Amino acid sequence: MMRLLILGANSDIALAAARKFAQGAKMDLILASRGVERLEKKARDLELRFNVQAQTVFFDALDHSSHRAFYDSLEPKPDAVLLAFGYGGHQKRAQAEFEEVQRIVETNYLGAVSILEIIATDFEARGRGAIMAISSVAGERGRKANYAYGASKAALTAFLSGLRNRLFGSGVRVVTILPGFVKTKMTEGMDLPGPLAAEPDKVGGDIFKAYRGSRDVIYTPFIWRPIMTAIKALPELLFKRLSI
Amino acid sequence: MELTGWGRYPRLKAEALKFEDQAALQEKLDRAAGGGKGLIVHAQGRSYGDSSLSGEVVLTDRFRDVLEFDPQTGFLVCESGLTLAEIIQAFLPRGWFPSTTPGTKYITVGGAIASDVHGKNHHRVGTFTQSVEWLDLMVDRDRVLRCSREENGELFRATCGGMGLTGIILRAGLKLAPLPSAYIREKIVLTRNLEETFQVFEENREAPYSMAWIDCLVGEPLLGRAVLNLGWPKERGRLVLPPEPRLNVPVDFPGFVLNRLSMAIFNRLNYAYARQGPRFRVRHLEGFFYPLDSILNWNRMYGRGGFTQYQFVLPKETSLEGLRTVMGRIASSGLGANLGVLKLLGPANDNLLSFPLEGYTLALDFKIQEGLFPLLDELDRIVADLGGRIYLTKDVRMKPEIFRKGYPNWEKFVELRHKLGLEERFQSLQSKRLGV
Repeated sequence: MMRLLILGANSDIALAAARKFAQGAKMDLILASRGVERLEKKARDLELRFNVQAQTVFFDALDHSSHRAFYDSLEPKPDAVLLAFGYGGHQKRAQAEFEEVQRIVETNYLGAVSILEIIATDFEARGRGAIMAISSVAGERGRKANYAYGASKAALTAFLSGLRNRLFGSGVRVVTILPGFVKTKMTEGMDLPGPLAAEPDKVGGDIFKAYRGSRDVIYTPFIWRPIMTAIKALPELLFKRLSI
Repeated sequence: MELTGWGRYPRLKAEALKFEDQAALQEKLDRAAGGGKGLIVHAQGRSYGDSSLSGEVVLTDRFRDVLEFDPQTGFLVCESGLTLAEIIQAFLPRGWFPSTTPGTKYITVGGAIASDVHGKNHHRVGTFTQSVEWLDLMVDRDRVLRCSREENGELFRATCGGMGLTGIILRAGLKLAPLPSAYIREKIVLTRNLEETFQVFEENREAPYSMAWIDCLVGEPLLGRAVLNLGWPKERGRLVLPPEPRLNVPVDFPGFVLNRLSMAIFNRLNYAYARQGPRFRVRHLEGFFYPLDSILNWNRMYGRGGFTQYQFVLPKETSLEGLRTVMGRIASSGLGANLGVLKLLGPANDNLLSFPLEGYTLALDFKIQEGLFPLLDELDRIVADLGGRIYLTKDVRMKPEIFRKGYPNWEKFVELRHKLGLEERFQSLQSKRLGV
């Protein structure tokens, strides 16, 4: 039986993806997060709906020194991992308080690097596995609205690119997932552009399709690929004047 | 946020409470009570009219976990925000299906109970709540009552079909029905007039599923001609899920797109399709039960002004006379009811406000337009005088006297609400309009 480890499994996108993997590939699930109590209920729901095994494990992305013991405790080891944790942060606060920037970077970048290096080494040694990580289109170009978050995701995207390059030929895949605006707890209360805001189910489905397919980098929903191509192509001379 | 029902009329600015567990709901309800506005649950927003609209609504889309499932008996315990679509997705592959389903699967278990929905098999199995063994009802923030036929029986019968006015349905225990395959053997019969339509319904009472598309634009002698769809579950076949829907109506269509002419063509095409005697085909139950679900947001086809679906039922004795009168009146009004669905319902149950009673029910869409409501008021009087009633789940404009005449148990319902102190706490635009 194939096993999927989901880091940050309490997020809306993570749970949507969990349903797709359980339904579509009958994969057993290891759900890891800080909020284990809520996760227990979600695990039970997944087991009943899809007739798979779903276990829960405590995991704290910010507690980097605990990551090795966390991964060592997993037995048997997962065949695939989906990194779904992230901290959106508050841009205004990040400009005033360095601690906010630290928390953003320590979660989205350092937390991801810390656990993924451990997993990558194990997968590499076993000669197989899939590493999927949720970065963001916000990391494609820094904007005034969320550049603290965007910079941490840019670092993550670059890291994943390097990791993929390193693991090429080892039998281990690395998939970078770049969602646009998604209607989740993180974005609740934000003024999302209606037609562009996706449901978590859509993103979860796209992640599963990426797992089944062969792409290295996916935008989800797909419309973000042309949008970001255009945004990245704007000359800085123009871009710096815009409010987008 | 701006809210509407499925008919997209009326539109209302509402405060929305989201919750993920009972404790969070309790915490938020405290504040709501302070606000003094009537609350109503707004789940998937699939009831057509104003029954799930209020200044303050409770959203259940984060409250949708499966809590228990017994693969031996098909008994399911779930939170009220779980949709029939999710039930089908999870349990159809293991041979289980909701005991009955309306024409869309994008409704929640809580909504199915509150509307006591019926489907193509009503004449055989009754309504949705007949598969519900119990439910947990939050009548105020500190009081959750387990209701079943044995325990709090009157409250159970009031809640099933009670349009969310008895409290917030939190959880339910219900029985799914075994399903031999995901395919339906369908028989399509064409009829030339209303009498023949009735006759074919009667002749096929043993068919597990039946309904008819009825042409609402022709007058005598063709009045009441229809395409009957009869179905039997296919005993052998795979239990496979349908593909995800691909078509979407992304924006409001301008009004002229769905004018009378285009709908006439649509109806004729449907009719021509079944022209040469009874036809048989085997199809996936998705297409059989949910023809419109394959077009997401089809309600936008009626344009920004919205539409209403007028659905009534007449007792069998008065059905022929009543339908002739009503359909003739609609055809002559030229207000163009486009899509007609006719069905022979089975006996009524003992829930206080459930819609079905033994006889024929007709449902038709009307674009909201000048002159519509006076016409519907006129039809209401015909229906009420013949012992019929209007479906609360579709209603957006019925007058209180028509409601009271059609639902003789309304008084018991109002008394129960009063006794439990619910009349201020749970209200919808509909309940205020009808004086419930």
